[in-house]
Amino acid sequence: MLAKTIAELQAEGRSPEILFWVGCAGSFDARAQKVTRALCEILNHAGLEFAILGNEERCTGDPARRAGNEFLFQMTAAMNIETLNMYGVKKIVTACPHCFNVLKNEYPALGGSYEVVHHTQLLNELISNGKIKLKEGGDFKGRRITYHDSCYLGRANDVYEAPRALLEALDVDLVEMKRSRKNGLCCGAGGAQMWKEDEPGNKRINIERVEEALETEPTAIAANCPFCLTMLQDGLKAKERNEQIPVYDLSEMIVNRL
Amino acid sequence: MLQTFLFLLLLGATGWIAWKGYRRVWRNICLGRAEKTGGNGGARWRNVLLVAFGQQKMFKNWLPAVMHLFIYVAFVITQIELIEIFVDGIFGTHRFFAAPLGGFYTFIISLIEILSVLAFVATVVFLARRNLLRVPRFWKPEMKGWPFRDANLILLGEIILIVGIFCMNGGDKVLQTRGLEHYQPTGAFAVSSWLGPMLFGNWSNSGVILAERFGWWLHILTVFGFLCYLPYSKHLHILLAFPNTWYAKLTPKGEMENMPEIQKEVRIMMGLEQPDPDAAAELPEFGADDVFSLSWQNILQAYSCTECGRCTAACPANLTGKKLSPRKVMMDVRDRAEEVGLKMEKEKLEIGNYNDGKSLFDRITPEEIHACTTCNACVEACPVLINPLDIILKMRRHEILTQSAGPAEWLPMFNAIENNGAAWAMSEERVGWRNS
Repeated sequence: MLAKTIAELQAEGRSPEILFWVGCAGSFDARAQKVTRALCEILNHAGLEFAILGNEERCTGDPARRAGNEFLFQMTAAMNIETLNMYGVKKIVTACPHCFNVLKNEYPALGGSYEVVHHTQLLNELISNGKIKLKEGGDFKGRRITYHDSCYLGRANDVYEAPRALLEALDVDLVEMKRSRKNGLCCGAGGAQMWKEDEPGNKRINIERVEEALETEPTAIAANCPFCLTMLQDGLKAKERNEQIPVYDLSEMIVNRL
Repeated sequence: MLQTFLFLLLLGATGWIAWKGYRRVWRNICLGRAEKTGGNGGARWRNVLLVAFGQQKMFKNWLPAVMHLFIYVAFVITQIELIEIFVDGIFGTHRFFAAPLGGFYTFIISLIEILSVLAFVATVVFLARRNLLRVPRFWKPEMKGWPFRDANLILLGEIILIVGIFCMNGGDKVLQTRGLEHYQPTGAFAVSSWLGPMLFGNWSNSGVILAERFGWWLHILTVFGFLCYLPYSKHLHILLAFPNTWYAKLTPKGEMENMPEIQKEVRIMMGLEQPDPDAAAELPEFGADDVFSLSWQNILQAYSCTECGRCTAACPANLTGKKLSPRKVMMDVRDRAEEVGLKMEKEKLEIGNYNDGKSLFDRITPEEIHACTTCNACVEACPVLINPLDIILKMRRHEILTQSAGPAEWLPMFNAIENNGAAWAMSEERVGWRNS
């Protein structure tokens, strides 16, 4: 099995080193599910004892809180924290920067303090301590690829290096966009925008971002967030470039080299 | 004697007018809610020294940064000459510091002159950038009218200050060479030693004396004008940038402020906590719809804003033609504080009983706050650590929690989280991905 729930693991008398927080996108969105499976494969390959919450996991409340619905956020957060504390979770990894931000920065004030890492940070750690070894060559070696900083990993939490270190480990030819790192441009999905139509304007934000990515003439775009994946793919589709230029999550690139 | 009398009179008037202006700003800032601040002094001093004093964030874009640095350093160092002008003005002396400081005086004045030339160049470049090159961020809708004139007025004032300095020093240099008792040699000044003779070399003694006095008075009158004008201008950032960087948020940018009242309420509802028997039955208003429900730091930030528009230029919503402009949010908060403060003073109202039937939502529309992606680009862009996002999020909270309004499209998401524990209403299991 790709991943066991923490309940299943504890029934076997074992406890996980780390909890994989899958998130709503990772659980239900067809595109993000691929990332979830890729990350599970990597963690299994590395021999890391991990578990998921399974059906006991709830939305962290990120979109509700950013929409302004604090009541709903507090409700869902309190339920998650009850669950996490009940299982005695110490360390969490997540492939979603929005979940990452809420778990890491906002749950402690509500009684949920855990060591939280984003999957790009964990993957980096696994590579540098030799738990995963990347095969020579692979699909991405020497390929011209640009990297999109998600707002919630980047500006919100100042994680810029871990994903880039992974790209370096993959031997890709990284070409930065004009707006990168601290100045990276949003994909347009954050702040609960994912769940509503754009306000009136003259362009969609993902189109603006994709145009900038295309200026680097990439063979692929690397990202670290399920919402960015969707937005960038939609943008490429609108530009009719989605056939030639795929958008990858970093875990999908790593799993390809195991 | 007459000059001393005139100086003291103008100084008194300036003090009175300026004091009233700054007191007004202070009162308006205090319209905001008290909020816990302080702690972590080390990090706060770091921000003040690096970001305000050291202008660290300006250097994201080096050309305007260097130009701005010229004006800033010239302004700071010229304060030494300004102190002398005050001493001379009050005691009727002439270049009071020259004799005691000797060669160091010559050095300082020369440094001020070189910096003034650089500041002059920078000011002309800034005027050109605003008015001729039309840098887009200076031409957004919120910059029409007063903000546009305010910016140009300040730049013009800077030019007048510099003209005053060179008139005064140049005239003095010429008079020193003519052996007049009142004008003791001060050593060569970097600029006015050649600029003075070039301008006034052929003038009569009384003409040059007049030019020197004209320069002195022009400079100090402009300084007085500035002091009175600052509390009504975006230029107030030269003072408020310092406290503003001190009070800036130190937690990760992604972290939203917790609402302990709601946390408690929810925990009681879920049976995780017992209700407090003394608690007020009525829940307070949540979020912010006016200056009273913002924190005083939010309003301090609004007054610290110099309307440079770096936030708006970085905002993904604004870049793609949406109505949201983070700079406008800050300007609207400040203008609302002005409106409320003025009315309160006129009608002797208190914070508790103020009601003019208006709110921040009359200035900042729902369409604007709905366009925000909470990406923090505006927060990152601000050279003085203003946080427009915090205000946008407080207004969103008011809209949802107090007004029960907000985009209808969000309702299915809210329902899904509440009923299914997921951000989308899904029929399959959360672990379904394991099996497919």
